[in-house]
Amino acid sequence: MNATLKVRVWRGDAAGAFREYEVPRRESQTVLDVVSHIQRALDPTLAYRFACRVGMCGSCAMTVNGAPRWTCRTHVDRVARGGRLEVAPLRNLPVIRDLVADMREFFDKWARAGGQFKGDRSRHDEFARVSPQSEKRGLADAGIECIGCAVCYSACDVVARNPDYLGPAALNRAWTLVNDERDAGNADRLRAVAGDAGCLSCHTHMSCTERCPKALSPTAGIAGLKRAVAVAALRGEL
Amino acid sequence: MTRRTETLLWVAQRASAAVLAVCVLVHLATIIYAVQGGLTGAEILARTRGNIAWAALYSVFVLAVAVHAPIGLKAVLAEWFGWRGRARDLALIVFAVVLAGMGLQAVRGVFA
Repeated sequence: MNATLKVRVWRGDAAGAFREYEVPRRESQTVLDVVSHIQRALDPTLAYRFACRVGMCGSCAMTVNGAPRWTCRTHVDRVARGGRLEVAPLRNLPVIRDLVADMREFFDKWARAGGQFKGDRSRHDEFARVSPQSEKRGLADAGIECIGCAVCYSACDVVARNPDYLGPAALNRAWTLVNDERDAGNADRLRAVAGDAGCLSCHTHMSCTERCPKALSPTAGIAGLKRAVAVAALRGEL
Repeated sequence: MTRRTETLLWVAQRASAAVLAVCVLVHLATIIYAVQGGLTGAEILARTRGNIAWAALYSVFVLAVAVHAPIGLKAVLAEWFGWRGRARDLALIVFAVVLAGMGLQAVRGVFA
């Protein structure tokens, strides 16, 4: 282990540049530890985002040596090459400043993909009973643990090519709701996720699935949406 | 273009891909089988002229190409060159008609 780490960090907005810092190496050091050291000891003007530090909130995602990752759960040992590290804001999102990406478009797309639960029962109705063993429940379970960190969105090459593309996280969310037996909004939701900006544009590169820190498979969810949308179109329901 | 049309085009592209997979296999297997010991244009024409089965297979092949290729090109033009909208769609319809026309003419050429 080298005594120090040379770290190139993105500074400024989209027109910014990398600046290099030297950070002492420590045992079990995470990339977030490195960024925090720079901000606390070397340059207090550095802007970055984090909250929980333990992989629960999803707010510390950045591009580390070219790949999107949660910095809090990424050990320097695993990613540093020759004692060097490069930290940049998430790709496919506008840069506000330094390592902080503007997440608005990312979350707006969840809404555009019909990501809101639409129930048709009131408090006076019986509880919905969904068997944990049902196939649909299983499919919803497979995607439900997403915490909206935008790592998949940043990894997606289709988003890079087509800025209107809803992206893996929003489509994964839509897929969990398509499989929610209590939800009554599927006709509108399938319409929302069809078309040029929706699931049909996915090239199945699987970068989202490879990078997802929760080991989810948005690719599988998007494939499910493609089938659902195709069936709806053939039935004239789209 | 409506969402339904876009989705039906997507279905058409997948369905034509399935047809193409079979056509390409038959085409390649036939080439490998027929070419053993050399092959001349006259030999090929002797097999294809008046043969309705070959004319039917290659007509289906050509039509599947005419459906499949323009839909794929639609995504390529959008993602690589940012070309979307009516003008692109009209250009692709022309492309599909040209593909089908030239292909069917070639099929007729070896059948008649």
